[in-house]
Amino acid sequence: MSPDTPPLDPIFGRLTLDAIPYQEPILVVTFAVVALAGIFAVGALTYFRLWGYLWREWITSVDHKRIGIMYIVLAIIMLVRGFADAIMMRLQQAIAFNGSEGYLPAHHYDQIFTAHGVIMIFFVATPLIVGVMNFVIPLQIGARDVSFPYLNNLGFWLTAVAAILVNVSLFVGEFSQGGWVGEPPLTGAEASPGVGVDYYLWALQISGLGTIIGGINLLATIIKMRAPGLTFMKLPIFCWTSLCVNALIVLSFPFLTIAVTLLTLDRLFGTHFFTADFGGNPMAYVNLVWIWGHPEVYILILPALGVYSEVAAVFSGKRLFGYTSMVYATVSITVIGFVVWLHHFFTMGSGASVNGFFGLMTALIAIPTGVKVYNWLFTMYRGRVRFEVPMMWTISFMLTFLLGGLTGVLCSIPAADFQLHNSLFLVGHFHNVAIGAIVFAMMAAIDYWFPKAFGFRLEPFWGKLSVWFWTVGFFVAFLPIYVAGLSGVTRRTRVFDDPSEQNLQILFVIAAIGAFIALLGVVFFLVQLFVSIRNREALRDTTGDPWNARTLEWSTSSPPPEYNFAFTPVVHDVDAWADMKARGYSRPSEGFKPIHMPRNTATGIVASVLLLIFSFAVIWYMWLVAGVSFALLLLVLIGHTFNYNRSFHIPADVVARTESERTRLLAQQG
Amino acid sequence: MTTTTTLSHAKDGEAPVFYLTEEHDHDGHSTVIGFWIFLMSDVLLFCGLFAIYAWLGGHYANGPSPLDDGHGGQLFHLPVVAVNTVIMLASSFICALAMVETRKGNVGPALKWFGLTALFGVAFLYNQVTEYGHMAEIGATYQTSAFLSCFITLIIAHSFHVLTGIVWVAILAVQVLQHGLNPANERRAVCFSMFWNFIDITWVCVFIFVYLMGVLR
Repeated sequence: MSPDTPPLDPIFGRLTLDAIPYQEPILVVTFAVVALAGIFAVGALTYFRLWGYLWREWITSVDHKRIGIMYIVLAIIMLVRGFADAIMMRLQQAIAFNGSEGYLPAHHYDQIFTAHGVIMIFFVATPLIVGVMNFVIPLQIGARDVSFPYLNNLGFWLTAVAAILVNVSLFVGEFSQGGWVGEPPLTGAEASPGVGVDYYLWALQISGLGTIIGGINLLATIIKMRAPGLTFMKLPIFCWTSLCVNALIVLSFPFLTIAVTLLTLDRLFGTHFFTADFGGNPMAYVNLVWIWGHPEVYILILPALGVYSEVAAVFSGKRLFGYTSMVYATVSITVIGFVVWLHHFFTMGSGASVNGFFGLMTALIAIPTGVKVYNWLFTMYRGRVRFEVPMMWTISFMLTFLLGGLTGVLCSIPAADFQLHNSLFLVGHFHNVAIGAIVFAMMAAIDYWFPKAFGFRLEPFWGKLSVWFWTVGFFVAFLPIYVAGLSGVTRRTRVFDDPSEQNLQILFVIAAIGAFIALLGVVFFLVQLFVSIRNREALRDTTGDPWNARTLEWSTSSPPPEYNFAFTPVVHDVDAWADMKARGYSRPSEGFKPIHMPRNTATGIVASVLLLIFSFAVIWYMWLVAGVSFALLLLVLIGHTFNYNRSFHIPADVVARTESERTRLLAQQG
Repeated sequence: MTTTTTLSHAKDGEAPVFYLTEEHDHDGHSTVIGFWIFLMSDVLLFCGLFAIYAWLGGHYANGPSPLDDGHGGQLFHLPVVAVNTVIMLASSFICALAMVETRKGNVGPALKWFGLTALFGVAFLYNQVTEYGHMAEIGATYQTSAFLSCFITLIIAHSFHVLTGIVWVAILAVQVLQHGLNPANERRAVCFSMFWNFIDITWVCVFIFVYLMGVLR
């Protein structure tokens, strides 16, 4: 720091009242809405005396089902925020023609596209897949919990506080304007001296930490906690894709950590990793970030493909076609996914051989992916296909994903990529796969597993409307984007001031209309949740197996008891539950034993909140607060290791009571 | 339902077992594999730092280089580094002795060897601090060049691991004194020894790839 900078306030650092953006009407209104909603929520919780319940049963819970649901709730809230950003961008681009500046100043617009990307990847897609994996995996492998229940809780809260950090930046200071991967030198100390990039870096750092912890946990869970007889080649495909995904998380997220840490060092301490002078090289950051970033793409998409495999088999009433080839396809995608990162920057100039290698590897991924698509088609072929909502998402996915996959192969050709790089065509491509595969899969997953989680189905009518509006909205929004990209429009453009591009306005107007149609898809999904909760008695499922499904999670009650299975299941076949049903499995009704379960802990949330305070303090250079919160954080984490009393037994009579209640419900069914 | 009949026949009419009636508590059955996976991700963290060093480590920006500190001396003092390497390797050996005693359940000797491990760790850190304090004195700092940024970050990352190990073993010692070498503490000791060996191996890589190859470059 130069000597003429005024000394920092010892407590508030560089945080002053000017950091509150009260001169921006959009933000003030947003803040008012958020504050009102917050006051309403707090008031309601207090009025209904739910704080104790929330604390005991959810916040400190180590139950994998509860944690999974909390991840999904977080993701849905953040989806609303991310979607609002998308609508704002679409409106801006539709207006900003013929001399109009649009309604968003550059400083605000740049934050919006950055926040949209960061939120959708880190706080919507990632929590959705982690949440679904958390909920489903232990049930599918016949386990009672995960390997490390406390770490599971900690991982969730780290993700949650990182999401809070991003939202704090909306009202205190600013967010990064450097795009969702934050490439220097634009995000370096010189070009972005403000707090925006710091918010970005700390949010990524903390959520990355949470994801690694979750990845280690689920990987160990799948390896160590499978039910007897459940060998790897009998594992449900969703578990296989999750196994590969968590391996990818553990192998790739350290590189994100490194990239983010080194950029933080550059900004805080003036090191020269990614600066343009003193020997630094910004491309080093770009490489590191994409060594993580491309596997991240597969981290998000593989669980989606796993969901489709489950759904396709169940709703076609058949065993999944080509189980073994599905496993090998998944593993191939996992391995090849690690040697394609350079296709994100063919234009770096690494020469024909390097570009050729990475282009070839990228195109190669289309083969195992194609194998999967054919497997789903053959699963449906001559099956009795039931057009329930999850199946409709799956069919919509197959059509949408085909287009996204093909444009991806197109981009994989280095010569073509030089034209398409940084254009809206690329934006079209990755939204095509992100929405068509990941969002649709998570919608299907929520519809499919909702009855398992809550004991009642989701109203299909609104679900089907959601499918149609999302699908149509997607195509209306992104086909014009593809065309605009082929016409040469670069991504992240705020104002179209070139006279030669004025005829493109119609494309952006259509795209904006498409965005609103897709927004209706989101709204109908929320309506579906609301209507279903209201009509829950009519939609109640007491069988535990409303879809006539095939895997173990459907063998227990809905919602499952805290211990999942009164007796650990023994597996003989792929699709264990279908096998059990076919061979006349009868539910045991006596001989219950006490069940060993992990105890709840508050360490996860306390540590995460301290880390939130620490990161906020570092962002604003509040060194005193940072020091104190860090010391407290260490104390809490170390203190936790002195707790040896981490598990308890559910008494046999409690188990017997729970199970006889289920027997009664099943008998009512007849 | 033809498949069903085939499956049942395959079992020779015997009723299939679909659940276990007897089970045992399985505390900590995943701890060691979980720790292995964590170490794997930590290895990759260092891989990233080594890769950046391999790329930018030769960019001296007219500042100090391994063989020239700008004041007529060498920046890398191999004798100091050699001593530190010996300390590190020896501490790993001592840690192994501690593990032998831990396996036998001998609290006293185990704690003695663990204490010595930590002491060697402290000696290592002392050498590191003096060495890099000296570098800072002659103006070879974090901000001087990409080479020094990478180099010092790598060293700090490693030293930070050593420090973590020392704090860890101190806490573990308190816990062993409280609860003895119960299964939980034994698992923790196993994880600690894995961690300490990992730090040692990482240092060997630093020694070879940074110091030896640095002076040969």
